Amino acid sequence: MTATSMPASNLPAGSVRHGSSIGQPLTRRDGPLKVTGQARFSADNLPPGTLHAALCVARIARGRVTGLDVAAAGAHPGVVAVMTPENAPTLAKDPDAKDGPFIFRLDLLQNDKVRYANQPIAVVIAETLEAATEGARLLAPTYAAETPRIGLDAGEVFTPDSVGVGAPPAESDGDVEAGLAAASKTIAATYETPAQYHNAMEPHAAVAAWDGDRLTLHMPTQGLAISQGRLAGLFGIKPTDIHIESPYLGGGFGSKGVPAGPQVLACMAARLVGRPVKLVPTRSQMYGPMGHRGPTRQTLRLGSDAAGKLTALDHHILTASSSFDDFFEPAGRATSTLYASPAIAIRHEAVRLDTGTPLFMRAPGEATGSVALESALDEMAHELGLDPLDFRLANYAEVEPITGKPFSSKALRECYRRGAEAFGWAGRPLQPRQTRDKDGFLVGTGMGTATFPALIFEGMARAEIRADGTGTVELGAIDMGQGAWTALAQIAADGLGIGLEALTFRMGSSDLPNAGIAGGSGHTATAGNAIHAAAQDAIGQLAALATNDPASPLYGAGNAGVTAAGGRLTRRDDPSRSESFSDILTRAGRARIEGKGKAGADPAAQKSYAMHAHGAVFAEVKVDPDLGQIRVSRLVGAFAAGRVINPRLVQSQYYGGMIWGLSFALHERAEMDPRTGRFLNDNLAEYHVPVNADIPPMEAILVHEDDAVVNALGVKGVGEIGITGTVGAIANAVWHATGVRVRDMPITLDKLLG
Amino acid sequence: MTIPLRLTLNGQTRAIALEDPRITLLDLLRERLGLTGAKKGCDRGQCGACTVLVDGRRINACLTLAASLDGAEVLTIEGLAEGDRLHPVQAAFIAHDGFQCGFCTPGQIMSAVGLIREGHAGTDPERIREGMSGNLCRCGAYAGILEAVRDAAGQTEHREDAA
Repeated sequence: MTATSMPASNLPAGSVRHGSSIGQPLTRRDGPLKVTGQARFSADNLPPGTLHAALCVARIARGRVTGLDVAAAGAHPGVVAVMTPENAPTLAKDPDAKDGPFIFRLDLLQNDKVRYANQPIAVVIAETLEAATEGARLLAPTYAAETPRIGLDAGEVFTPDSVGVGAPPAESDGDVEAGLAAASKTIAATYETPAQYHNAMEPHAAVAAWDGDRLTLHMPTQGLAISQGRLAGLFGIKPTDIHIESPYLGGGFGSKGVPAGPQVLACMAARLVGRPVKLVPTRSQMYGPMGHRGPTRQTLRLGSDAAGKLTALDHHILTASSSFDDFFEPAGRATSTLYASPAIAIRHEAVRLDTGTPLFMRAPGEATGSVALESALDEMAHELGLDPLDFRLANYAEVEPITGKPFSSKALRECYRRGAEAFGWAGRPLQPRQTRDKDGFLVGTGMGTATFPALIFEGMARAEIRADGTGTVELGAIDMGQGAWTALAQIAADGLGIGLEALTFRMGSSDLPNAGIAGGSGHTATAGNAIHAAAQDAIGQLAALATNDPASPLYGAGNAGVTAAGGRLTRRDDPSRSESFSDILTRAGRARIEGKGKAGADPAAQKSYAMHAHGAVFAEVKVDPDLGQIRVSRLVGAFAAGRVINPRLVQSQYYGGMIWGLSFALHERAEMDPRTGRFLNDNLAEYHVPVNADIPPMEAILVHEDDAVVNALGVKGVGEIGITGTVGAIANAVWHATGVRVRDMPITLDKLLG
Repeated sequence: MTIPLRLTLNGQTRAIALEDPRITLLDLLRERLGLTGAKKGCDRGQCGACTVLVDGRRINACLTLAASLDGAEVLTIEGLAEGDRLHPVQAAFIAHDGFQCGFCTPGQIMSAVGLIREGHAGTDPERIREGMSGNLCRCGAYAGILEAVRDAAGQTEHREDAA
């Protein structure tokens, strides 16, 4: 396959290093497979003898299952087995046992309890999908239902031990009450964000086959080793006896970070019947056991002096987890990093509800928190009579608030400048409801700041250089759409000093070195730096061979005295003296040389620096003055996230994030019936996500940013940040168009007319 | 009892014995004929990931009973390229980064091929956005999809003008 190039005019300045792969806007290397239908997603596998399984799920949210018509289901032609708590294979570990930060409690037919709607309560296994589906319907469960606790007012409020993954529930610096008392203007406002569901297009499928105590699994996962570890614990086998293939994910967004209950049920079903089993949950069955973004109610109190300097910033969050497990949306995170204030306080409280357990969903914490923070900043700017951008610049954080650490890099001012310029922000009227377009629609503009931490996890990679001048890099990395097959290969090719055509690149299988989780916008940093380290190890060994060999033109240069490019090592001090990888290995009688590398957080850097990506998003909306219908008409984002490996793919990540922001602001909301705890819209017709017609012309500007601290490659994450500024920008634009401040997401036309 | 079914599938005549009247076109393709390009994202006609062309018209394969298609001509993503030569819409999706995870992509591409053949949209961005709105993309690759369809539609118009 040949990569086409983006026109040079589209390229961000400084992103291309000619003669190397990093920085080039290559098209996706997996593109030809994906546009021809040949890319094999998990549910596309059908090993010989595979049976099909269908879930029967609870129609109540709290209580017990009192009856299942197993006889009727079992009698349906083609049904092979019905798995219920009566006959489910025994597990080696209680699925409710918590023994790690990424262990979530799973419902695996261990008892008759129902903890949330759509919880699996039986599995029907049959020769065909049609028979399994009908068998599951015939089970006709009966229940003893209890009154469910649904909605943020339904539970007893408490302070969780931690929020997100191990973060403290409260943080503060300075005296907020004193800051509010000293302010010349104060505002207090409460914002609500609803429960949202990931809705990756690909369901959480699993095709499981046992060979004795060895398990082969086709399953989309963002974390191969995490999945191996979880399954090994449940089945009492070694992680290395579990082989997971996950070459392509049809979207993850956090929902595939840990194995979901139905995926484990597929493994149990395969064990029960002694044949391979394929289980693909229906769309509605994914509203419950796969996690979701927890709802929030956030109260912001801001104080400012007359000149527009914040004197206090107080952020209280009420969120919810399930009745039986812990994940608390860390909505205060953006507030702890974005704006300078002499007093900041952040507190999370929570209730427990009869829903599935919430989970990380694209920009967990930042997405929910920044809509409240950016709306409140906008409300305060209006109180002060200041331009919202000027107000943000007046409170620009030169060091990270609360911790006081310097930023490893922060090109946010440049993001504001470039974004505002491209959007045409200057001269915007301060007052709302000032502008109409030629068709009479109200026009408004708004902006928001984007932020997301630059994370890195532990990961490993293996690299090889062969005597024929080709190389291989392999690791258990995951492509869920962000472009790992392409961007990581670019890093690998540059690391080994060879062209992409000479590189064999493998990933997406649990048999390869553990590359950590593809989440937290940290996968390019993690996998990329592991690859970089493995390649450096291999090149170092190659250089040692050459520079210690009197027959080599590189003799005596020392490892640091050579560079690798174009399949050759070259002396730094004399580019005319070089030798091919092939010649070095052949003369040394070596068929290959192997390097290993790993990546992980640098504790010293973490202690000394705050590390985040930043951006600024500008939105224009048009609102029908009579009907309240809202259309986003323009979106411009400018983002700085360290080194850009592939600008084409990074731009797509920003677009995707911004579209998620639009969706958060105007579309998404899971509706539950508070009487039954059942969903009213657990499908893609009624749970709204944007379609193509909802999307305006967009621009994503890649702002140059060098970062020598964040990691060896200097990359930050780009997958999640696009949401964070966008929701607030759109909410602020709707206010600017109409003069109506909607604090309850999503902003729908009824809220503008009411 | 089986139901006999004759299809022209990606240009080849196939005689199929359907063992169950409940089988949808999507499950026939995916679970029985090994054509897994069309995807199941909802099984309710809400997401468009299963879009294929039946007698030249784009349909949701998940909402179509296979038994109702006797004598029909079915084109799936697997039948679009000519050997190694990609269809212009396929090539345009790669060039304009019209996908991220790639799961909705076969449906998007078949829908785009259908839309261009329908001839209503031309290269007008608003009409293309509207005409492609039966196909959800959760990754948010809509900007690239729009550009890909415009590009391919423009090439088609150009060819027709020349002819």
